[in-house]
Amino acid sequence: MKYLYYPGCSCSGKTTGRAYAESLTAVLQDLNVTYEELEDWNCCGATMYMSVDEQQAFAMSARNLALAERQGENGAAAPTLTTPCAACYTILNKTQHYIDEYPKVGKKIHSALAAADLSYRGKVEVRHPLDIMVNDIGLEEIASRVKQPLKGVKVASYYGCLLVRPYATFDDQDNPTTMDRLMAALGAEPVDWSLKTRCCGASLSGTMADVAVRLGYILLSEARRCGADVVATACPFCQFNLECFQQPMIKDHKLAGEIPIAYFTQLTGIALGLPDKALGLHRLSVPLSISDKIGEQEYA
Amino acid sequence: MQNWPIESKIRYEGDLDPGFAEGIASIPGGERLAHCIQCGTCSATCPLSNYMDYTPRRIIAMTRAGFKDDVLRSFTIWLCASCYSCTVECPKNIKITDIMYALKRQAIEENIYPKRFSIPVLAREFFSLAKRTGRSNEGRVIIRLVLKSNPFRYIGRAFLGLKLMKQGRFSLKKETIKRKGELKKILQGVEQTALEIESVQKSGIRAES
Repeated sequence: MKYLYYPGCSCSGKTTGRAYAESLTAVLQDLNVTYEELEDWNCCGATMYMSVDEQQAFAMSARNLALAERQGENGAAAPTLTTPCAACYTILNKTQHYIDEYPKVGKKIHSALAAADLSYRGKVEVRHPLDIMVNDIGLEEIASRVKQPLKGVKVASYYGCLLVRPYATFDDQDNPTTMDRLMAALGAEPVDWSLKTRCCGASLSGTMADVAVRLGYILLSEARRCGADVVATACPFCQFNLECFQQPMIKDHKLAGEIPIAYFTQLTGIALGLPDKALGLHRLSVPLSISDKIGEQEYA
Repeated sequence: MQNWPIESKIRYEGDLDPGFAEGIASIPGGERLAHCIQCGTCSATCPLSNYMDYTPRRIIAMTRAGFKDDVLRSFTIWLCASCYSCTVECPKNIKITDIMYALKRQAIEENIYPKRFSIPVLAREFFSLAKRTGRSNEGRVIIRLVLKSNPFRYIGRAFLGLKLMKQGRFSLKKETIKRKGELKKILQGVEQTALEIESVQKSGIRAES
Protein backbone atom coordinates (compact mmCIF):
# COMPACT_ATOMS: atom_id res chain seq x y z
CA MET A 1 0.00 0.00 0.00
CA LYS A 2 1.24 3.43 -0.89
CA TYR A 3 0.68 6.50 1.25
CA LEU A 4 0.63 10.17 0.40
CA TYR A 5 2.73 12.12 2.83
CA TYR A 6 1.69 15.60 3.93
CA PRO A 7 4.45 16.99 6.17
CA GLY A 8 2.74 20.28 7.05
CA CYS A 9 4.57 23.56 7.56
CA SER A 10 5.94 22.69 11.02
CA CYS A 11 7.57 19.48 9.79
CA SER A 12 9.07 20.82 6.60
CA GLY A 13 12.42 22.59 6.31
CA LYS A 14 14.22 24.19 9.22
CA THR A 15 11.31 24.32 11.62
CA THR A 16 10.57 23.23 15.16
CA GLY A 17 9.25 19.85 14.02
CA ARG A 18 12.23 19.00 11.82
CA ALA A 19 13.32 16.01 13.89
CA TYR A 20 9.77 14.64 13.71
CA ALA A 21 9.87 14.57 9.91
CA GLU A 22 13.40 13.14 9.89
CA SER A 23 12.63 10.34 12.32
CA LEU A 24 9.27 9.52 10.73
CA THR A 25 10.68 9.15 7.23
CA ALA A 26 13.64 7.14 8.55
CA VAL A 27 11.30 4.76 10.38
CA LEU A 28 8.91 4.39 7.43
CA GLN A 29 11.81 3.58 5.13
CA ASP A 30 13.19 1.05 7.57
CA LEU A 31 9.76 -0.59 7.79
CA ASN A 32 9.59 -0.72 3.97
CA VAL A 33 6.57 1.53 3.80
CA THR A 34 6.31 3.24 0.44
CA TYR A 35 5.08 6.80 0.44
CA GLU A 36 5.32 9.86 -1.72
CA GLU A 37 5.03 13.49 -0.75
CA LEU A 38 1.84 15.30 -1.71
CA GLU A 39 2.82 17.48 -4.63
CA ASP A 40 2.69 21.25 -3.99
CA TRP A 41 0.79 20.92 -0.71
CA ASN A 42 -0.14 24.12 1.13
CA CYS A 43 -0.78 25.23 4.73
CA CYS A 44 -3.65 23.25 6.23
CA GLY A 45 -5.45 26.37 7.43
CA ALA A 46 -4.72 25.51 11.03
CA THR A 47 -6.01 27.05 14.25
CA MET A 48 -4.68 30.55 13.71
CA TYR A 49 -5.98 30.76 10.16
CA MET A 50 -9.34 29.54 11.43
CA SER A 51 -9.38 32.44 13.93
CA VAL A 52 -9.42 34.91 11.06
CA ASP A 53 -11.42 33.26 8.29
CA GLU A 54 -13.11 29.91 8.66
CA GLN A 55 -14.31 29.40 5.10
CA GLN A 56 -10.86 30.15 3.71
CA ALA A 57 -9.33 27.78 6.26
CA PHE A 58 -11.58 24.99 5.00
CA ALA A 59 -10.68 25.94 1.43
CA MET A 60 -6.95 25.72 2.19
CA SER A 61 -7.48 22.24 3.57
CA ALA A 62 -9.73 21.28 0.69
CA ARG A 63 -7.02 22.10 -1.85
CA ASN A 64 -4.78 19.55 -0.14
CA LEU A 65 -7.55 16.98 -0.17
CA ALA A 66 -8.28 17.66 -3.83
CA LEU A 67 -4.60 17.33 -4.76
CA ALA A 68 -4.38 14.10 -2.78
CA GLU A 69 -7.40 12.66 -4.55
CA ARG A 70 -5.87 13.48 -7.92
CA GLN A 71 -2.38 12.25 -7.08
CA GLY A 72 -3.53 9.08 -5.35
CA GLU A 73 -6.04 8.14 -8.00
CA ASN A 74 -5.52 4.56 -9.03
CA GLY A 75 -7.91 1.70 -8.70
CA ALA A 76 -10.92 1.70 -6.43
CA ALA A 77 -9.18 2.23 -3.10
CA ALA A 78 -9.32 5.66 -1.52
CA PRO A 79 -5.89 7.28 -1.30
CA THR A 80 -4.54 7.64 2.22
CA LEU A 81 -3.14 10.99 3.20
CA THR A 82 -0.92 10.86 6.24
CA THR A 83 0.36 13.79 8.27
CA PRO A 84 2.49 13.70 11.41
CA CYS A 85 1.31 17.08 12.72
CA ALA A 86 -1.71 16.68 14.99
CA ALA A 87 -3.05 20.12 14.07
CA CYS A 88 -2.95 19.38 10.32
CA TYR A 89 -4.46 15.99 11.02
CA THR A 90 -7.44 17.51 12.81
CA ILE A 91 -8.16 20.31 10.37
CA LEU A 92 -7.97 17.96 7.37
CA ASN A 93 -10.44 15.66 9.12
CA LYS A 94 -12.62 18.54 10.23
CA THR A 95 -12.79 19.92 6.70
CA GLN A 96 -14.01 16.57 5.40
CA HIS A 97 -16.66 16.39 8.13
CA TYR A 98 -17.88 19.95 7.61
CA ILE A 99 -18.08 19.62 3.82
CA ASP A 100 -20.37 16.64 4.39
CA GLU A 101 -22.34 17.86 7.39
CA TYR A 102 -22.96 21.47 6.39
CA PRO A 103 -24.29 21.85 2.83
CA LYS A 104 -23.53 25.57 3.06
CA VAL A 105 -19.83 24.83 3.62
CA GLY A 106 -19.78 22.06 1.03
CA LYS A 107 -21.31 24.23 -1.65
CA LYS A 108 -18.85 27.04 -1.04
CA ILE A 109 -15.82 24.76 -1.01
CA HIS A 110 -16.82 22.86 -4.13
CA SER A 111 -17.39 26.00 -6.15
CA ALA A 112 -14.17 27.56 -4.84
CA LEU A 113 -12.20 24.48 -5.92
CA ALA A 114 -13.93 24.56 -9.29
CA ALA A 115 -12.70 28.13 -9.77
CA ALA A 116 -9.17 26.67 -9.87
CA ASP A 117 -10.15 23.62 -11.95
CA LEU A 118 -9.95 21.30 -8.97
CA SER A 119 -12.56 19.02 -7.50
CA TYR A 120 -12.99 16.90 -4.42
CA ARG A 121 -15.31 13.91 -4.27
CA GLY A 122 -14.59 13.01 -0.66
CA LYS A 123 -12.43 10.02 -1.54
CA VAL A 124 -9.41 10.68 0.65
CA GLU A 125 -8.73 8.97 3.94
CA VAL A 126 -6.76 11.13 6.38
CA ARG A 127 -4.73 9.07 8.81
CA HIS A 128 -2.03 9.65 11.37
CA PRO A 129 1.31 7.81 11.09
CA LEU A 130 0.75 6.37 14.58
CA ASP A 131 -2.46 4.76 13.32
CA ILE A 132 -0.67 3.45 10.22
CA MET A 133 2.26 2.04 12.17
CA VAL A 134 0.12 0.24 14.72
CA ASN A 135 -2.91 -0.76 12.64
CA ASP A 136 -1.47 -1.28 9.13
CA ILE A 137 2.08 -2.43 9.74
CA GLY A 138 1.18 -4.04 13.02
CA LEU A 139 2.79 -4.35 16.41
CA GLU A 140 4.00 -7.90 15.81
CA GLU A 141 5.79 -6.88 12.64
CA ILE A 142 7.40 -3.89 14.37
CA ALA A 143 8.35 -5.98 17.42
CA SER A 144 10.02 -8.54 15.16
CA ARG A 145 12.24 -5.83 13.68
CA VAL A 146 13.39 -4.38 17.00
CA LYS A 147 17.17 -4.56 17.26
CA GLN A 148 17.66 -2.64 20.47
CA PRO A 149 14.71 -3.14 22.84
CA LEU A 150 13.99 -0.11 25.02
CA LYS A 151 14.26 -2.34 28.08
CA GLY A 152 13.67 -0.60 31.39
CA VAL A 153 12.76 2.73 29.79
CA LYS A 154 9.59 4.17 31.27
CA VAL A 155 7.68 6.13 28.65
CA ALA A 156 4.76 8.46 29.33
CA SER A 157 2.81 8.58 26.07
CA TYR A 158 1.44 12.06 25.54
CA TYR A 159 -1.20 12.21 22.80
CA GLY A 160 -2.10 15.88 23.21
CA CYS A 161 -5.46 17.29 22.19
CA LEU A 162 -5.87 17.05 18.49
CA LEU A 163 -4.90 13.44 17.88
CA VAL A 164 -8.11 12.29 19.58
CA ARG A 165 -10.27 15.42 19.61
CA PRO A 166 -12.75 16.36 18.31
CA TYR A 167 -12.68 13.18 16.23
CA ALA A 168 -11.47 9.95 17.79
CA THR A 169 -10.68 8.19 14.55
CA PHE A 170 -8.51 5.32 15.66
CA ASP A 171 -8.44 5.29 19.43
CA ASP A 172 -10.39 5.91 22.60
CA GLN A 173 -11.05 9.59 23.20
CA ASP A 174 -10.58 9.58 26.97
CA ASN A 175 -7.92 6.99 27.40
CA PRO A 176 -6.05 6.35 24.15
CA THR A 177 -3.64 3.43 24.19
CA THR A 178 -2.19 3.14 20.66
CA MET A 179 1.08 4.84 21.52
CA ASP A 180 1.39 2.92 24.78
CA ARG A 181 0.99 -0.36 22.92
CA LEU A 182 3.61 0.69 20.38
CA MET A 183 6.02 1.57 23.19
CA ALA A 184 5.41 -1.83 24.82
CA ALA A 185 6.13 -3.52 21.47
CA LEU A 186 9.46 -1.67 21.38
CA GLY A 187 10.34 -3.17 24.76
CA ALA A 188 9.67 -0.02 26.79
CA GLU A 189 7.53 0.20 29.87
CA PRO A 190 4.44 2.40 29.28
CA VAL A 191 3.61 4.63 32.23
CA ASP A 192 -0.03 4.82 33.23
CA TRP A 193 -0.86 8.47 33.75
CA SER A 194 -3.98 10.59 33.56
CA LEU A 195 -2.89 13.60 31.51
CA LYS A 196 -2.44 11.83 28.15
CA THR A 197 -4.77 14.21 26.32
CA ARG A 198 -4.56 17.41 28.35
CA CYS A 199 -3.69 20.50 26.30
CA CYS A 200 -0.10 21.84 26.18
CA GLY A 201 -1.25 25.38 25.37
CA ALA A 202 -0.24 25.28 21.69
CA SER A 203 0.58 28.76 20.36
CA LEU A 204 0.15 30.35 23.80
CA SER A 205 3.87 29.65 24.29
CA GLY A 206 4.48 32.40 21.76
CA THR A 207 1.87 34.81 23.02
CA MET A 208 1.17 34.17 26.72
CA ALA A 209 4.32 32.34 27.76
CA ASP A 210 3.50 32.28 31.48
CA VAL A 211 0.30 30.39 30.80
CA ALA A 212 1.94 27.85 28.50
CA VAL A 213 4.75 27.28 30.99
CA ARG A 214 2.22 26.54 33.70
CA LEU A 215 0.33 24.07 31.49
CA GLY A 216 3.57 22.35 30.56
CA TYR A 217 4.64 22.20 34.17
CA ILE A 218 1.40 20.43 35.13
CA LEU A 219 2.02 17.81 32.45
CA LEU A 220 5.69 17.23 33.19
CA SER A 221 5.41 17.17 36.97
CA GLU A 222 2.72 14.51 36.65
CA ALA A 223 4.81 12.51 34.16
CA ARG A 224 7.75 12.64 36.55
CA ARG A 225 5.58 11.73 39.53
CA CYS A 226 4.44 8.64 37.64
CA GLY A 227 8.07 7.67 37.15
CA ALA A 228 8.53 8.46 33.45
CA ASP A 229 12.08 8.63 32.05
CA VAL A 230 10.89 10.21 28.82
CA VAL A 231 7.69 11.70 27.40
CA ALA A 232 6.70 10.54 23.90
CA THR A 233 4.84 13.07 21.74
CA ALA A 234 3.04 13.01 18.39
CA CYS A 235 2.79 16.72 17.57
CA PRO A 236 5.49 19.31 16.81
CA PHE A 237 3.82 21.89 19.05
CA CYS A 238 3.53 19.56 22.04
CA GLN A 239 7.18 18.59 21.70
CA PHE A 240 8.35 22.19 21.43
CA ASN A 241 6.23 23.46 24.32
CA LEU A 242 7.22 20.68 26.67
CA GLU A 243 10.90 20.65 25.76
CA CYS A 244 11.92 24.25 25.26
CA PHE A 245 10.35 25.78 28.38
CA GLN A 246 11.67 23.43 31.03
CA GLN A 247 14.02 26.05 32.48
CA PRO A 248 11.18 28.46 33.40
CA MET A 249 9.18 25.46 34.63
CA ILE A 250 12.02 24.59 36.99
CA LYS A 251 12.58 28.21 38.02
CA ASP A 252 8.98 29.41 38.41
CA HIS A 253 7.15 26.27 39.39
CA LYS A 254 9.80 24.11 41.02
CA LEU A 255 9.68 21.31 38.49
CA ALA A 256 12.06 18.77 40.03
CA GLY A 257 14.35 18.49 37.00
CA GLU A 258 14.61 18.13 33.24
CA ILE A 259 12.95 15.31 31.40
CA PRO A 260 13.60 14.42 27.74
CA ILE A 261 10.71 14.92 25.32
CA ALA A 262 10.94 12.76 22.21
CA TYR A 263 8.74 12.09 19.23
CA PHE A 264 7.28 8.61 19.27
CA THR A 265 8.99 8.09 15.93
CA GLN A 266 12.39 8.84 17.47
CA LEU A 267 11.85 6.19 20.15
CA THR A 268 10.70 3.75 17.46
CA GLY A 269 13.81 4.54 15.42
CA ILE A 270 16.12 3.94 18.38
CA ALA A 271 14.53 0.55 18.97
CA LEU A 272 14.88 -0.30 15.28
CA GLY A 273 18.60 0.45 15.60
CA LEU A 274 18.64 3.49 13.32
CA PRO A 275 21.51 5.98 13.68
CA ASP A 276 20.95 8.94 16.03
CA LYS A 277 21.53 11.49 13.31
CA ALA A 278 18.88 10.04 11.01
CA LEU A 279 16.41 10.41 13.87
CA GLY A 280 17.31 14.02 14.58
CA LEU A 281 18.35 13.23 18.15
CA HIS A 282 21.04 15.93 17.92
CA ARG A 283 18.27 18.53 17.62
CA LEU A 284 16.83 17.90 21.06
CA SER A 285 17.44 20.49 23.79
CA VAL A 286 17.10 17.96 26.59
CA PRO A 287 19.32 15.08 25.49
CA LEU A 288 17.70 11.71 25.23
CA SER A 289 19.82 9.47 27.42
CA ILE A 290 18.02 6.25 26.67
CA SER A 291 20.99 4.40 25.25
CA ASP A 292 22.77 4.85 28.58
CA LYS A 293 19.81 3.34 30.29
CA ILE A 294 19.65 0.35 27.96
CA GLY A 295 23.40 -0.06 28.38
CA GLU A 296 23.12 -0.06 32.16
CA GLN A 297 20.56 -2.82 32.01
CA GLU A 298 22.70 -4.98 29.77
CA TYR A 299 25.77 -4.75 31.94
CA ALA A 300 24.00 -4.93 35.28
CA MET B 1 -3.88 59.06 41.55
CA GLN B 2 -5.93 57.75 38.69
CA ASN B 3 -9.67 58.12 38.76
CA TRP B 4 -11.55 54.98 39.54
CA PRO B 5 -13.47 54.15 36.35
CA ILE B 6 -17.18 54.13 37.00
CA GLU B 7 -18.84 51.35 35.11
CA SER B 8 -22.22 49.73 35.37
CA LYS B 9 -21.86 46.10 36.40
CA ILE B 10 -25.42 45.24 35.47
CA ARG B 11 -26.65 45.45 31.90
CA TYR B 12 -30.04 46.80 30.95
CA GLU B 13 -31.95 45.04 28.25
CA GLY B 14 -31.30 48.01 26.03
CA ASP B 15 -27.53 47.33 26.25
CA LEU B 16 -27.93 43.90 24.72
CA ASP B 17 -27.53 43.15 21.05
CA PRO B 18 -30.37 40.88 19.97
CA GLY B 19 -28.79 39.98 16.64
CA PHE B 20 -25.54 38.81 18.23
CA ALA B 21 -26.70 35.36 19.35
CA GLU B 22 -28.38 34.76 16.01
CA GLY B 23 -25.22 35.63 14.13
CA ILE B 24 -23.08 33.28 16.22
CA ALA B 25 -25.70 30.51 16.03
CA SER B 26 -25.68 30.75 12.24
CA ILE B 27 -22.05 29.66 11.81
CA PRO B 28 -21.37 25.99 11.11
CA GLY B 29 -21.12 24.47 14.59
CA GLY B 30 -23.10 27.26 16.29
CA GLU B 31 -26.52 25.78 15.70
CA ARG B 32 -26.94 24.29 19.18
CA LEU B 33 -26.04 27.45 21.10
CA ALA B 34 -29.59 27.76 22.49
CA HIS B 35 -29.48 24.23 23.91
CA CYS B 36 -27.01 25.05 26.69
CA ILE B 37 -28.20 23.90 30.14
CA GLN B 38 -25.48 25.84 31.98
CA CYS B 39 -24.08 22.70 33.61
CA GLY B 40 -20.51 24.03 33.57
CA THR B 41 -18.88 20.89 32.18
CA CYS B 42 -17.05 23.08 29.65
CA SER B 43 -15.56 25.29 32.35
CA ALA B 44 -14.55 22.28 34.42
CA THR B 45 -12.83 20.52 31.54
CA CYS B 46 -11.14 23.64 30.13
CA PRO B 47 -7.42 23.66 31.04
CA LEU B 48 -7.36 27.45 30.71
CA SER B 49 -10.51 28.53 32.52
CA ASN B 50 -8.57 29.57 35.62
CA TYR B 51 -6.94 32.32 33.56
CA MET B 52 -10.14 33.54 31.94
CA ASP B 53 -12.20 36.57 32.96
CA TYR B 54 -15.41 34.71 32.13
CA THR B 55 -15.45 30.91 32.15
CA PRO B 56 -16.64 29.18 28.95
CA ARG B 57 -20.04 28.48 30.57
CA ARG B 58 -20.51 32.20 31.19
CA ILE B 59 -19.37 33.10 27.68
CA ILE B 60 -22.03 30.78 26.27
CA ALA B 61 -24.72 32.30 28.52
CA MET B 62 -23.64 35.84 27.70
CA THR B 63 -23.47 35.15 23.97
CA ARG B 64 -26.91 33.63 24.01
CA ALA B 65 -28.31 36.61 25.90
CA GLY B 66 -26.69 39.13 23.57
CA PHE B 67 -23.90 40.61 25.71
CA LYS B 68 -21.94 41.34 22.59
CA ASP B 69 -19.61 43.98 23.94
CA ASP B 70 -18.65 42.09 27.09
CA VAL B 71 -18.05 38.87 25.19
CA LEU B 72 -15.97 40.35 22.37
CA ARG B 73 -13.90 42.39 24.83
CA SER B 74 -13.24 39.40 27.08
CA PHE B 75 -9.85 37.80 27.53
CA THR B 76 -11.49 34.38 27.42
CA ILE B 77 -12.00 34.16 23.68
CA TRP B 78 -8.30 34.72 23.03
CA LEU B 79 -7.09 32.27 25.65
CA CYS B 80 -9.00 29.38 24.08
CA ALA B 81 -6.25 27.16 22.67
CA SER B 82 -8.73 25.16 20.63
CA CYS B 83 -8.14 21.83 22.39
CA TYR B 84 -11.79 20.73 21.92
CA SER B 85 -12.15 19.36 25.47
CA CYS B 86 -15.37 21.31 26.01
CA THR B 87 -16.77 20.30 22.63
CA VAL B 88 -16.35 16.57 23.20
CA GLU B 89 -17.53 16.69 26.82
CA CYS B 90 -20.59 18.92 26.35
CA PRO B 91 -23.68 16.84 27.23
CA LYS B 92 -25.78 18.92 24.82
CA ASN B 93 -23.31 18.53 21.93
CA ILE B 94 -22.63 22.23 21.59
CA LYS B 95 -19.52 22.83 19.52
CA ILE B 96 -18.09 25.34 21.96
CA THR B 97 -14.69 25.46 20.26
CA ASP B 98 -16.33 26.50 17.00
CA ILE B 99 -18.23 29.20 18.86
CA MET B 100 -14.99 30.49 20.42
CA TYR B 101 -13.48 30.66 16.92
CA ALA B 102 -16.52 32.59 15.69
CA LEU B 103 -16.16 35.07 18.58
CA LYS B 104 -12.47 35.56 17.80
CA ARG B 105 -13.26 36.16 14.16
CA GLN B 106 -15.92 38.72 14.96
CA ALA B 107 -13.60 40.53 17.40
CA ILE B 108 -10.86 40.61 14.75
CA GLU B 109 -13.30 41.74 12.07
CA GLU B 110 -14.61 44.55 14.25
CA ASN B 111 -11.14 45.40 15.54
CA ILE B 112 -12.19 44.98 19.17
CA TYR B 113 -8.92 44.17 20.90
CA PRO B 114 -5.98 46.10 22.35
CA LYS B 115 -3.88 47.13 19.38
CA ARG B 116 -0.67 45.27 20.19
CA PHE B 117 -2.28 42.33 21.95
CA SER B 118 -0.15 39.33 20.97
CA ILE B 119 -2.79 36.66 20.30
CA PRO B 120 -4.82 38.37 17.55
CA VAL B 121 -1.60 39.86 16.17
CA LEU B 122 -0.20 36.35 15.77
CA ALA B 123 -3.41 35.13 14.15
CA ARG B 124 -3.42 37.99 11.66
CA GLU B 125 0.23 37.62 10.74
CA PHE B 126 -0.10 33.87 10.33
CA PHE B 127 -3.18 34.41 8.18
CA SER B 128 -1.66 36.98 5.86
CA LEU B 129 1.57 35.02 5.32
CA ALA B 130 -0.14 31.69 4.76
CA LYS B 131 -2.63 33.26 2.40
CA ARG B 132 0.07 34.92 0.34
CA THR B 133 2.70 32.17 0.22
CA GLY B 134 0.60 29.05 0.83
CA ARG B 135 2.83 28.08 3.75
CA SER B 136 2.95 29.23 7.35
CA ASN B 137 6.64 30.21 7.52
CA GLU B 138 7.11 29.71 11.28
CA GLY B 139 10.25 31.84 11.60
CA ARG B 140 8.79 34.80 9.73
CA VAL B 141 5.51 34.67 11.63
CA ILE B 142 7.41 34.79 14.93
CA ILE B 143 9.52 37.77 13.86
CA ARG B 144 6.39 39.67 12.80
CA LEU B 145 4.66 38.75 16.03
CA VAL B 146 7.59 40.17 18.01
CA LEU B 147 7.74 43.40 16.02
CA LYS B 148 4.01 44.03 15.91
CA SER B 149 3.17 43.21 19.52
CA ASN B 150 5.68 44.20 22.18
CA PRO B 151 9.33 43.60 21.16
CA PHE B 152 10.61 44.21 24.68
CA ARG B 153 8.64 41.32 26.05
CA TYR B 154 10.52 38.98 23.77
CA ILE B 155 14.08 40.05 24.57
CA GLY B 156 14.48 37.09 26.90
CA ARG B 157 13.48 34.81 24.05
CA ALA B 158 16.40 35.72 21.80
CA PHE B 159 18.47 33.01 23.45
CA LEU B 160 15.87 30.36 22.66
CA GLY B 161 15.80 31.56 19.04
CA LEU B 162 19.56 31.24 18.74
CA LYS B 163 19.49 27.78 20.28
CA LEU B 164 16.81 26.63 17.86
CA MET B 165 18.80 28.08 14.98
CA LYS B 166 21.85 26.13 16.10
CA GLN B 167 19.75 22.98 16.21
CA GLY B 168 18.58 23.69 12.66
CA ARG B 169 15.02 24.27 13.84
CA PHE B 170 14.59 27.96 13.04
CA SER B 171 14.94 29.76 9.76
CA LEU B 172 13.75 32.93 8.09
CA LYS B 173 13.82 31.42 4.62
CA LYS B 174 10.59 32.10 2.80
CA GLU B 175 8.71 28.94 1.92
CA THR B 176 6.18 29.19 -0.87
CA ILE B 177 4.08 26.78 -2.86
CA LYS B 178 4.59 26.51 -6.61
CA ARG B 179 1.10 27.23 -7.83
CA LYS B 180 0.25 30.31 -5.78
CA GLY B 181 -2.20 31.41 -8.47
CA GLU B 182 -4.24 28.26 -8.03
CA LEU B 183 -4.58 28.85 -4.28
CA LYS B 184 -5.45 32.49 -4.87
CA LYS B 185 -8.26 31.49 -7.21
CA ILE B 186 -9.65 29.09 -4.61
CA LEU B 187 -9.58 31.68 -1.82
CA GLN B 188 -11.18 34.28 -4.08
CA GLY B 189 -13.75 31.69 -5.05
CA VAL B 190 -14.72 31.29 -1.39
CA GLU B 191 -15.33 35.01 -1.03
CA GLN B 192 -17.25 35.11 -4.28
CA THR B 193 -19.69 32.34 -3.30
CA ALA B 194 -20.04 33.87 0.17
CA LEU B 195 -21.23 37.10 -1.43
CA GLU B 196 -23.54 35.27 -3.81
CA ILE B 197 -25.14 33.25 -1.02
CA GLU B 198 -25.61 36.41 1.02
CA SER B 199 -27.30 38.25 -1.82
CA VAL B 200 -29.58 35.28 -2.52
CA GLN B 201 -30.54 35.21 1.17
CA LYS B 202 -31.17 38.94 1.20
CA SER B 203 -33.34 38.85 -1.93
CA GLY B 204 -35.15 35.87 -0.40
CA ILE B 205 -35.94 37.89 2.70
CA ARG B 206 -37.12 40.78 0.57
CA ALA B 207 -39.34 38.48 -1.50
CA GLU B 208 -40.88 37.06 1.68
CA SER B 209 -41.68 40.46 3.13
